Amino acid sequence: MMENAWIIPLFPLLSFLFLILFGKRLKEASAYIGILFTLASLVYSLLVLVDRFSAPTYKAEGVWLTIGDVQLTAGFEVNQLNALMLVIVSLVSFLVHMYSKGYMQGDDRFPVFYAYLGLFTFAMLGLVISPNLLQTYFFWELVGLGSFLLIGFYFYKEEAKAAAKKAFIMTRIGDVGLLIGMILLFWQAGSFEYDEIFAAVEAGAISGTMITLTAILIFVGAVGKSGQFPLHTWLPDAMEGPTPVSALIHAATMVAAGVYLVAALFPLFAASETALMTIAVIGAFTAIFAASIGLVQKDIKRVLAYSTVSQLGYMMLALGSAGYVAGVFHLMTHAFFKALLFLAAGSVIHAVHTQNIEHMGGLWKKLRVTGPLFLIGTLAISGVPLFSGFFSKDEILIAAWAHGNTALFWLAVIAAFFTAFYMFRLFFMVFAGEARSDMKNVHESPSVMTLPMVVLGVLAVVAGYVNTPWFGTFLGDWLVEDNHALGHGHIEGPAWIMIVATAVSLLGIFLAWLMYGKRSLSRDWLTSRMPLSYNVLYNKYYIDEFYSLTVVNGAKFISSFLRFLEVFLVEGLVKSVTGVASALGKLGSKIHNGQIQTYGTVAFVGLAILVVIYAFTGGYLK
Amino acid sequence: MSTVPVQAYLALALILFCIGLYGALTKRNTVIVLISIELMLNAVNINLVAFSKYGITPSITGQIFTLFVIAVAAAEVAVGIAILISLYRNKKSVNIDEMDAMKH
Repeated sequence: MMENAWIIPLFPLLSFLFLILFGKRLKEASAYIGILFTLASLVYSLLVLVDRFSAPTYKAEGVWLTIGDVQLTAGFEVNQLNALMLVIVSLVSFLVHMYSKGYMQGDDRFPVFYAYLGLFTFAMLGLVISPNLLQTYFFWELVGLGSFLLIGFYFYKEEAKAAAKKAFIMTRIGDVGLLIGMILLFWQAGSFEYDEIFAAVEAGAISGTMITLTAILIFVGAVGKSGQFPLHTWLPDAMEGPTPVSALIHAATMVAAGVYLVAALFPLFAASETALMTIAVIGAFTAIFAASIGLVQKDIKRVLAYSTVSQLGYMMLALGSAGYVAGVFHLMTHAFFKALLFLAAGSVIHAVHTQNIEHMGGLWKKLRVTGPLFLIGTLAISGVPLFSGFFSKDEILIAAWAHGNTALFWLAVIAAFFTAFYMFRLFFMVFAGEARSDMKNVHESPSVMTLPMVVLGVLAVVAGYVNTPWFGTFLGDWLVEDNHALGHGHIEGPAWIMIVATAVSLLGIFLAWLMYGKRSLSRDWLTSRMPLSYNVLYNKYYIDEFYSLTVVNGAKFISSFLRFLEVFLVEGLVKSVTGVASALGKLGSKIHNGQIQTYGTVAFVGLAILVVIYAFTGGYLK
Repeated sequence: MSTVPVQAYLALALILFCIGLYGALTKRNTVIVLISIELMLNAVNINLVAFSKYGITPSITGQIFTLFVIAVAAAEVAVGIAILISLYRNKKSVNIDEMDAMKH
C-alpha cells in the first residue's frame, strides 16, 4: 500500500476540481462527492498506517529540476510520523465533511464550501507526506491559502474578511522566517531533503550557530502557523469562519502544520540546545498566556480558540523539552478532542443561534447527544484521568520535568489548572443552570452531525491508551523505532507528576463548579476585586491594540512617507516628461487650424530660421 | 545719365516683398491677400530685371523670365478670383479666416 500513498492527497484534490467544475449543478449533492473522496483518503491512510507497522519507511522520489549540479526532487515519504498524520488529517477531515452536510445546509455557496474543504485537505495531506523542505513549503503555503478561503467564507461579513486577511498576513510573517531558514539550510547542507539535512547535521557539517539560527528561523514559521505567541492573534479571529472549518483548522490541518514541521525536523532542533530552549519557552509561555485569556472570554468559539493556542503551546513545550513522542502524542489526542469540542460547539450554535455563552444555559436537557459529547471533550482537554488528554498531558509534563525545565514545568501545571477551569466554566455556562426563556425551540442536531461527534467522542476517550505508562507505550516505541535522533519512546518521570496533574485539573473543575455550576461562589467575586486584570485578560492583553499601535502605525507611517516620495518625486518626474510631450502636441495641433495664413507664417518663420542658420554657419551644419 | 545703383533696385524689391508678405499673412480680406501676392511677385520681377542688367553676367534672360512671371501671375489671379467668387457664393463672405476647410 505504501508505494501508492501519493494517491491519498489526490482524492481531496479530485473532489476540489470536480466540485469547482460541476458544483453549481450538483448543489447540495456536492457533499456526497466530498465525503466520498475523503472517505477514500481515510481508508487508504488507514491501510498505509497498518502497513507501516510491519514495513520500514517507504520513500519515493523523482528528479524535478536540475540546476547546475543540484537536483531538486519531488516525491513522498511514509515514515511513522507521516503515516500517523495522514490518518489524523484524513479522519478529522472526513468527519468534518460529513458534519458540514448538516451544518452548512441551506447555504448558497454550499458546493464552494466543499470545494474549499477539499483543497484544504489536499494541502495538508500533501504537506505531511513531503520528503523535503521545498515541497513542504509549497503545501505549507497551500494550507495558508485554504485557510484564507475558508476563514473568509462569509466574505460579506466585514469581520470575516478582516479575519481572513489577518490569518494570511500573520502566518505570512512566520513564513518569511521559514523561507529564510530553508534557504540557509540549503546553502549549508546543499539539499532540501530531510534525510540529507539530518545527515549533514549529524556529521557536523553545519556549524552550531548555523544550526541554532536555521532551527529558530524555521520555528518562526511554525510560530506563525501554529498560533504561538507573538503571532497568535490570527487564530482567535479565525473563528469568523464556519464552525466545521474551525474544527478542521484547529484540530488537524492548519495549526497542526506548525507542530508537524517542528516534529518532522526534530533532529535538527535536537542538535541545538538553544533552539530547543527557545521552543520550550515560547511554548510554555503561550500555553499559560492563552489559557489566562481563555478564562474570561464570552464567545464559545473564542474560548475554544484560546484553548487551542494554549494546547499548541503545550505541544511546543514538549518538543522543546526533547519530548518528541509527547508532542506528537498530544498532537494526536488534541486533534480528536478539539475537533469534538468544535463540532459540539457548532452543534450548540446550530441549536441556539448565538455564540455568546452568557446567553446560553440549561442546554443539557435539550441537547441529549451534544451535551455528553461536549462533556467528554471537556474532560479530555482538562486532563481528567482515563481520558486521552490526561495521558498526553502527563507525557508532556514528564518531558518538561525530565529535561530540567523546572520553571516551565510549573508554568505548564498552572496552565493545566487554567485549562480545566475555563473549559468547565464554558461547560457549566452552556449546559448547566436555568434554560433561558427565549430558547424554547432548541433541537438536537441531525444525525449526520452527531455521528461524527460520536466517533470523535469515542476517540477522545480511547486514543490515549495507545501510549500509557500503565499498559505500554506502543505509540512512543513505534514513533522512535530505529531512529535514535528522536529520543526515547518513553521518558520515566516521578509518579508525583501524574498526581499533581490530576490534582490541579480536578481543582480547576471544582472551582469552576463552585462558581458556575453550584454558584455558591459569586462569579463576580474575583472580577470585582481585580477589575484591572480582568480587563487586561478580556482584551487579550491588548496585544491587538499594541500591534495596531506599533506595527500597523509604523507601516502606515512608512507608507505615507513613500507615498509622499511617490507623489512629489516620481510622479513629478513622470508628469514633467508627459507634460512636455503633450504641450508640444498641443502647440502642433493649434497650428493646424486650417488657416492658410497660419501655415504661411509657419513656413516663413521656418525659412527665416534656415536663413539665420545659413548666415551663421555658412551653409553647413557641423 | 546718372545711373541708379543696383542696391536701390534690390532695396525696392525687398520693401515691396515685405509689404506683400505682410499683407498676405495678416489681411482678412481675401482680395487684399491676392493683391499682396501680386506685390510679392512683382518684387521678384524687379529683382530679375535688375540682375539682368547689373548682374555678373548680364543677359536678356531675366527680362524674358519676367514676362513669363507676369503671364503666370495673371493666370493665377484669374484662377484665384474665380475660386474666391465661388467661395463667396457659398459662404457669403470673403474673410480669409473663415476659410479653414484645409483643417478637415
